[in-house]
Amino acid sequence: MLALDIKHLNKKYEHFELNNVSFQLEQGYIMGFIGANGAGKTTTIKAILDLIRADSGEIRILGKNMSENEIELKQVIGSAFGDMNFYTRNKIKTLTNVIKRFYANWDDETYYKYLRKFNLIEDKKIAELSTGMKVKYSLAIALSHGAKLLILDEPTSGLDPIARDNLLDIFRELVQDGEISILFSTHITSDLEKCADYITYIHNGQIINSGEKEQFIDTYRLLNGKKDQLDIVKNQLISYKTSSFGFTGLIHTKDLDPSLDIQWTIPNIEEIMIYCSRKEDLYV
Amino acid sequence: MDIAISNTSDKPIYQQLFEQISVQILKGELENGYSLPPIRHAAIELRVSIITVKKAWEELERHGLIYTVTGKGCFVANLTSKEILQKRNEMLLKQMVIDISYYKSFGLTLDEVYELLKEIY
Repeated sequence: MLALDIKHLNKKYEHFELNNVSFQLEQGYIMGFIGANGAGKTTTIKAILDLIRADSGEIRILGKNMSENEIELKQVIGSAFGDMNFYTRNKIKTLTNVIKRFYANWDDETYYKYLRKFNLIEDKKIAELSTGMKVKYSLAIALSHGAKLLILDEPTSGLDPIARDNLLDIFRELVQDGEISILFSTHITSDLEKCADYITYIHNGQIINSGEKEQFIDTYRLLNGKKDQLDIVKNQLISYKTSSFGFTGLIHTKDLDPSLDIQWTIPNIEEIMIYCSRKEDLYV
Repeated sequence: MDIAISNTSDKPIYQQLFEQISVQILKGELENGYSLPPIRHAAIELRVSIITVKKAWEELERHGLIYTVTGKGCFVANLTSKEILQKRNEMLLKQMVIDISYYKSFGLTLDEVYELLKEIY
């Protein structure tokens, strides 16, 4: 079953638009949602959660239409936005008492289990929590109401490498029995290499590519060629950089002519992002 | 089963998994009938994504090195010594193709390569 199915999502603002955004996430897997700052990650996430109203498009969560079943579906969605900046002077205990009332399936036992697991102290004030602790607190809340789909906006940004590694371990554990699915946005691509099953890449409000991580990467090749070879492949390249030693350029694997004697490597996610975003700069 | 994953290697992680496990099967270190850990469990242990492990297991199955019993898991296949030899040679030849093309780029003849090999072997 699809945990998340987004079809033809559009939202127009004066200076930015989400343009025909579509992608799917299979239940029980982790998807990394990547893109530069301002590419539309948060806008998409807000549209999924109906925090902003899309102009058109359909969002289905666990097989059900979001706009028709919003109240029911929100019981099974856990979401976290980078920072938690409301009721910061209150203790965790107080805030939880407010939040839990909204959820029919709230389970105190699970909640305390996760508080212990994440080393969260109930009497601490939100303002006193570190960034990592805030993310963990959001997760504890989400998991205690039996969320099946976690939608997390940049949960790892602002975390140190140790806390990040720790969080990625938790993600992997959560999806282990195949019930819970996670969509998380990030621009830290190393998070994805070790944790994500699927990758969706958004740029300027459009989905450039979405698929299984290895397939995603396999769509591209990074060419390292001599200067005189550049003219042969120039038109096929997504974008390229030149130096006095030659050129480096990104190409779609299907456009690569294997009979050409040009060295290539398999790019990493960061290189794919950099070259895909350069494409536009070339025409400016 | 011993696995060491390198994140700095050029090889995709599923490829590393596939290669390391096939070597252990072909060397006889993993015996016929050995039960591979469940995919989701292995992903946690190896700290990689689920699909990465799935792809590695699929690749092993495609090469006839393991088989799946629905509901039970994946097991090392029962290979005859002839099959093992054949698969081992396939694997070695694949590596040799890469190595040889490197030597060829220097214009070495087969005899020259052979002489050099003898020196270090």
